[in-house]
Order: sequence, then structure tokens, then C-alpha cells
Amino acid sequence: MKPLFNRGPSAIVRLVMASLVALALIIADLHYREFDALRSGLAVTLYPLHFLAALPSRLARNIENQVADKAQLRAENKRLHQENLTLSARLQRFDALESENERLRNLLGSAFKVGERVLIAELLQVDLDPYRQQVLVDKGTLSGVFVGQPVLDANAVMGQVERANPLTSTVLLITDARHSLPVKVNRNGLRSIATGSGLIDQLNLLHVPKKADIRVGDLLVTSGLGGTYPPGYPVARVTEVSIEPGKRFATVTAEPTARLDRSHEVLMVWSLPRLMEEGAVTDAGGVGTASSQHAVLEP
Amino acid sequence: MSIRFLWTILLTLGVAWFLTILPMPTWAIGYRPQWAALTIVFWVTAFPDRVGVFWAFFAGLMLDVVTGSLLGLHALSFSIMGYLTVELQHRIALFLAWQQALSVWLILTVERLVSLWVLSATNQPTPGLSYWNATIVSMLLWPWFAALLRALVRRLDVT
Repeated sequence: MKPLFNRGPSAIVRLVMASLVALALIIADLHYREFDALRSGLAVTLYPLHFLAALPSRLARNIENQVADKAQLRAENKRLHQENLTLSARLQRFDALESENERLRNLLGSAFKVGERVLIAELLQVDLDPYRQQVLVDKGTLSGVFVGQPVLDANAVMGQVERANPLTSTVLLITDARHSLPVKVNRNGLRSIATGSGLIDQLNLLHVPKKADIRVGDLLVTSGLGGTYPPGYPVARVTEVSIEPGKRFATVTAEPTARLDRSHEVLMVWSLPRLMEEGAVTDAGGVGTASSQHAVLEP
Repeated sequence: MSIRFLWTILLTLGVAWFLTILPMPTWAIGYRPQWAALTIVFWVTAFPDRVGVFWAFFAGLMLDVVTGSLLGLHALSFSIMGYLTVELQHRIALFLAWQQALSVWLILTVERLVSLWVLSATNQPTPGLSYWNATIVSMLLWPWFAALLRALVRRLDVT
């Protein structure tokens, strides 16, 4: 039997209580990182949902692999073999250049560090908030992922880890409107900041002087100034430079070279300074050479 | 509140969250019904003395976690939506089907309006007009959705 008078607080009191808590959560999420623990705790309980939602596309890809016929596999194998050849040919040159570069930098006494450890993570194909540019990957803090970790795909920089949960982590893409990264023009070293536009295929460059030497087609690479991204990775290609008399700066837009909406696998990167902090440089896959350690010890 | 009641509502909410993150083709994303909001509106109108503002808050909070939006965004909008439904449920119970659907549309629109307000208040990119498509789709879906859940409630003998 329904009681004649409801016990407990009335609906309006409940609304005020719930709204206050929600507003507090919004403010906390915007300004304080401490509350991320709450979110990752809740995210662990909801992991089955993410897993289930990503299952159909994962199964579809598995089936695709299963039914691929011999000719197809042979063709792909051939293509990969050729790609491997060209890449290793380029790498030979690159190795020589890298060691030369490092030697020269050591002569100059600059603390330049190369070498990274990477982990391949798979995207979980789920639809997150459609008004944010973010993706979910299947590696979390249990695999050593940390907040702020740079994430790349085969072509370029994709973004950075925004939230790391034990089993999954959320990657904020470089095109999200809340994301900015320091870049430089590969051709001449002109520095700028690339800010996300909220559109998947567009970045805006801030504070580029009107007389700056920047052209359509220029490749933008990470400058490494922010400390989050390792230097020298491609980010985007300039698509439009327009100079309007009324504005103080040139309007420059660029298109990310990473396949932000098509990649299945991403690379989570540990850069060398971070590895050294953790004392994990020994298992860095042979990239932490003696000379680069030296460069860190003697700034 | 019996254990079976608790499980049923958690199950329906779980399905709603699942449907919210299920991948869809890009053109269809804008038309995705507000599953979690519909579920809460159903439970409040069906059991107004047991499901109310706090359940709505919980559903919204978990939706924020599952979709990775600002924590508290949907918690706030769902709380307000839950309150509105609690206040309107006496009237909704007496309405004809199309009147019910219209009032559900109103409630869901308020939910989206509050979300939009929070988005712009926190300097996040605000969506365009297609943002409101989902409310229309949800309204058209409501009669079948409510019938389905009513059948589920009857089948599971939830009291």
C-alpha cells in the first residue's frame, strides 16, 4: 500500500540536493584533477558496457581476417614486404643521420634526447560524446599508461591521454577544441600553436604574424616545447593561409596528417626523459644509448 | 524496493547506456534517441513513488562516465528532467498517447536545453541545430518504447 504521505525529502528538495552535487562535480571536473579517481572507479564498473559495444566491430574485423582468401593475403604480404624494404632502406640512412645528429648535439652540449618506447593499443569502436573529439583505447594504467601520454598513429600525432583508467583510457584528439599543441613549420622552423577546431579535419594556428613565411602545403611538426609531445613528429599540413586587413594575425588552418577517424591501432609513446625518471631505460628496446644518457646527466 | 525491482531498473538502464555508445554510421549519430532519458522518464511515470530525482541523477552520472563527457553534465540535466517528470506524471498518466508523446518531447527538450546551457557555460563547443533531432526521434519512439518496457515489467512481475 502506498503511504498517504511520502517519507523523505520532497521532490524539490531532492532536486536542489542533486543539482548542487552535479554542479560541484562539473566544477571539480573542470578545475581539479583529484576527482579523476572517482571517474576511473566508475569507469571500471562500466567496462563491460564498453567491451560489449565494441564487440560487433571487433568480430566483424576478425571474420574479415578469417575469410580473406589466399590471393588477397598474398597480395597484402607482397605489399607489406615492399613497404618493409623501402622503410628499412630509409631507416639505414636515418640511423646514420641520427647518430651524427646526436654527436653534433653532444659537441654543442645541448640536452637533446632521442629514443622512445612504444606500446600498440587498439581502439575500442564505441561512440562517445559526439561533441568531443576523443577515442577510447584498450590499454590502461595496468599497462603503464599515464595521463598526458602522447598517442601516435602510423602517420602522425593523434593526441594525448586525457584519462587513464585501469583497463581503458580516453585519448583527447588534437582536433578537440580544448586541445592545443606547440608546432613548428618543418621547412623553416617557424613556431606556432595548433589549436583544435572541434572538427575532425581542421586545426587552427594561433598568432601567426601576417608577414610570416608560411605557405599552403607546409608540414607542421611537433616542436617539443610543451614537454608533452616528443619533438619532430608530423602533425598537420597547412591547407589555407588567408590575410585579412582587419585582423592582427594571419588566419591559418591545417589538416591533421594522422588518420584520426580511420585508425584501428595507435601507438602509446614513452619518451626517454620519462623512462629515465622511472628508471626503466634498460628495457627501452635498445634506444636509450649511452650518449643520450650522458646528455641528460650533463645538462 | 525489492531486489527484483532494483535489478530490472539497472538492467534497463544498462541497455540504455549500451545503446548510447553502440557504434553507428556517421549520418545516423545525430538521430540517436536519448535512450537513458527515455528509460528514466518511463520509470518515473510508471513508479513515481519509488523512482525520482536521485535515480535520474545516478543515470545521468553514469552516462557521463560512459560517454566521457564533462562529469556532472548529464547528472544535472537528468536531475532537472527527473524533477519535471515527477511533477508532470499525474497529468501524463491521464493523457492520450499523442499527448503523452508531446509531453515526453517537452521533458526531453528541457534535458537537452540544460545540457546545452552547461556546454556553453563551460566554454565547450556548442552543437548546431541538428542537436534537437534526437528529441524528435525520441518522441516518435516513445509509444513503442513505453509499451515494450510495460510488457517487460509485467512479464518480470516487478512490483
